[in-house]
Amino acid sequence: MSYFGDIYKGIKTLLTGMSVTGKYFLHSRKGAITQQYPDNRDTLKMFDRFRGEVVMPHDENNEHRCTGCQKCEIACPNGTIEIIWDRQIDPETGKKKKMIDQHIYHLGMCTMCGLCIEACPTDAILWAQNYENSVYDRTKLTKVLNQPGSKLMPGVED
Amino acid sequence: MNITLSITKTIYEFLAGYLSNDAANIGTMVTIALIYLAIFAVAGLYLVLLERKVAAWFQLRIGPNRVGFWGLLQTMADALKLVSKELTGTVKADKFLYNLAPYFVIVSSLMALAVFPFTKEFQAFDINIGVFFLIAISSIGVIGILLGGWASNNKFALIGAMRSGVQTISYELSVGLSLLTMILITGTLQLSEIVEIQKNGWLIVQGHIPAIIAFMIYMIAGTAETNRAPFDMVEAESELGAGFHTEYSGMKFAYFFLAEFINMFIIAAIATTVFFGGWLSPFGITESIPWLGVFWFMGKTLVLVFLIMWFRWTFPRLRVDQLLTLEWKYLLPLNLLNIVLMALIVWLNLTIQF
Amino acid sequence: MDTTTVNNFKSEEYFINMGPQHPATHGVLRLLLTIDGEIIKKVEPDLGYIHRSIEKMCERDSYQQIVHLTDRMDYLSSHINNEAVCLTIENALQLEIPERVKVIRTIIGELTRIASHCLWWGVMGMDVGALTTYFYGFRDREMINDIFEETCGARLTMNYNIPGGLMFDIHPNFVKRTKEFVAHFKTKIPEYNRLLTGNVIFQKRMKGVGILTKEDAISFGASGPVARGSGYSCDVRKHHPYSALDKVTFKEALKTEGDSLSRYEVRIQEMWESLSIIEQLIDNIPEGEHKVATKAVIKLPKGEFYQKVETARGELGVFINSKGTKNPYRLKFRSPGFSNLSLLNHIAVGGKIGDLVASMATLDLVIPDIDR
Repeated sequence: MSYFGDIYKGIKTLLTGMSVTGKYFLHSRKGAITQQYPDNRDTLKMFDRFRGEVVMPHDENNEHRCTGCQKCEIACPNGTIEIIWDRQIDPETGKKKKMIDQHIYHLGMCTMCGLCIEACPTDAILWAQNYENSVYDRTKLTKVLNQPGSKLMPGVED
Repeated sequence: MNITLSITKTIYEFLAGYLSNDAANIGTMVTIALIYLAIFAVAGLYLVLLERKVAAWFQLRIGPNRVGFWGLLQTMADALKLVSKELTGTVKADKFLYNLAPYFVIVSSLMALAVFPFTKEFQAFDINIGVFFLIAISSIGVIGILLGGWASNNKFALIGAMRSGVQTISYELSVGLSLLTMILITGTLQLSEIVEIQKNGWLIVQGHIPAIIAFMIYMIAGTAETNRAPFDMVEAESELGAGFHTEYSGMKFAYFFLAEFINMFIIAAIATTVFFGGWLSPFGITESIPWLGVFWFMGKTLVLVFLIMWFRWTFPRLRVDQLLTLEWKYLLPLNLLNIVLMALIVWLNLTIQF
Repeated sequence: MDTTTVNNFKSEEYFINMGPQHPATHGVLRLLLTIDGEIIKKVEPDLGYIHRSIEKMCERDSYQQIVHLTDRMDYLSSHINNEAVCLTIENALQLEIPERVKVIRTIIGELTRIASHCLWWGVMGMDVGALTTYFYGFRDREMINDIFEETCGARLTMNYNIPGGLMFDIHPNFVKRTKEFVAHFKTKIPEYNRLLTGNVIFQKRMKGVGILTKEDAISFGASGPVARGSGYSCDVRKHHPYSALDKVTFKEALKTEGDSLSRYEVRIQEMWESLSIIEQLIDNIPEGEHKVATKAVIKLPKGEFYQKVETARGELGVFINSKGTKNPYRLKFRSPGFSNLSLLNHIAVGGKIGDLVASMATLDLVIPDIDR
């Protein structure tokens, strides 16, 4: 008799399983969690803290806040940041001061760990939320963060 | 508008006006074969698309919807891609058998498709041993699978083919016996006669309890015949790669793939004809318009195809020895008991007739 | 492969390679199987396809830079890996961590555990053949990933812990989102049970398969749900509590049969327990600082330090041998997957290939954790 009992119990569990998937099938129009990506670029927004790419914000006078202290270069674990700097005469005080020439950022090597942004004392670099970073040419992944012709914002000291 | 539905007669009479009788005969057969080949190809393609959309709806996503409106041209694109692929082969494979294997499965599916009554008189081959012919033809398909696995010279393919062979020949018994249960009510093997008898009520209603049991056994055995989940140990993707069609690519792979979907359609079509009234409408609503029978037939078949797909996307896979235990220890004894039960009911005139 | 294996072949056995690229081995693992028909005679795992010398890289990095490498070891419980290294460093420096940090670390750790088990459940279903469970598991995991993305900025490799506390404070929406997730997930676990656990086909595939006795579990060094399925009580959260785990009450999930079904049920039970831990902690997160100031260059005192935590796979141990400089002299990870993988030969021999796949899915291996 347990032969028939086993068959009956087995079929009941199979029908319960089918009811779960059947329920999702009936609600498939509203319940689909697919996002149709290239069509919804306008409405797709990342969260504020999303780690997309490291950028250096410039204000309207083309000035940035990077003093060339090299704390981000030391904090980075794998050499993604290279700073080319020189000591020049500061026009205001007349003394020799460290100034940056180029702040090079290798996007291809970056692991998005965030240590450089935490280490920066003047908030010169920040996270941007762009996620479409693929290029056809690998040399485009080596980015220079400070724009040409920009200089340090007055009053920023480290 | 008076369209005769008997296509064989129409084409024969058309050709007899131009050619001699023998040539008209051969001409009829060739034309019908070409028409069925076209139906086979188109139906196979759209069944694949249906499977992908249904699978997507079960899995909380949308299926293909970019190529053509609602994805309707998706399988055309896939077929074009498969045609343009290189036909690879292994070095030590047996070339003749390797190339021959896909044709067995295609030919057996096409021959089985020929005997179905799509509507009154729309039937290519109305033989008086219809059901027997169907069961015999479906046994030929397994030769293709075994040949494909052996001739690939690949251990994985061989294991897959052996498993499939064992599975198919075991479950053919259940398919045959459950169809036999319904033949006890009809008394004839001819498919068009079976549908005529169902004018008094569908066979699943006429033979109530044993017919329902026979239908359930038939559905389980039918999905096992076509190597679909939950019985798809053969092509268990997460275990051994791709089973017996690992070494096939391009058009030959497409043959195996399409043949699986057409086999599923055939199993559902047999169930519709024998259990659910074929092309008849329920309660004879549209009996005066015979050509609507095609839509009733396709509708009922597609509901059963959907049921088979539902099984695939819900249940886990059975292990090979559990598959065989299921057949020989559970389905076969139940089938035999069911036949005795049905025989009793027919003898005592307890069938429900309308 | 050594030649002794080849020479000991009997004539009816054959040799199959479940190679590095395979849908059923979760990652790049190569298994050399010796099979007789359908019965498995020997299983030999071959590792090293994803070895990235993380331990050697840790010898050249400073202590704050080590943390982001541990994210990528067992990437499904990345937060708990970070927590392990940070706890080792903080215990060595004898820093006092604020209560707020401890509670937040525990909450995020338990969320990570649930996310890892959701993915495990989805992949488990896929391995035995039920292909829709993958999508249902990932749908719930997406909600947890959104919580992490809002607070930490990344979904998988989070690097949110630093030695001394957290990198920045939690987002104001964190508490609300976590509560919504807990309420949603409580209706989903019964659905998982109805779809897969109770299914008669699934029970037949898993019951009595891949049996591991308690003595074998202890002698092979198994830990985590694998050992708890055999009755060996080894939860690090109970025996050596860390962070805020001594303030919460939860039951340890233990089963005694030792087959695949009991390992499966242990993990489902763990999901319930994690939900209850989160519920106990989420409403009263103490106020305070989110980190303790450490020196810019951290130097551990001379000596050897060890800390163990409970990841979703088992017990992870971090061992640091320091000579007083700013890099560790040697850092070693005792990974749970490595010891769990060594059981595979023991539990799979004598079964069939289908049983091997089911047992491997219940061992829940993540190969980057084994190879580091």
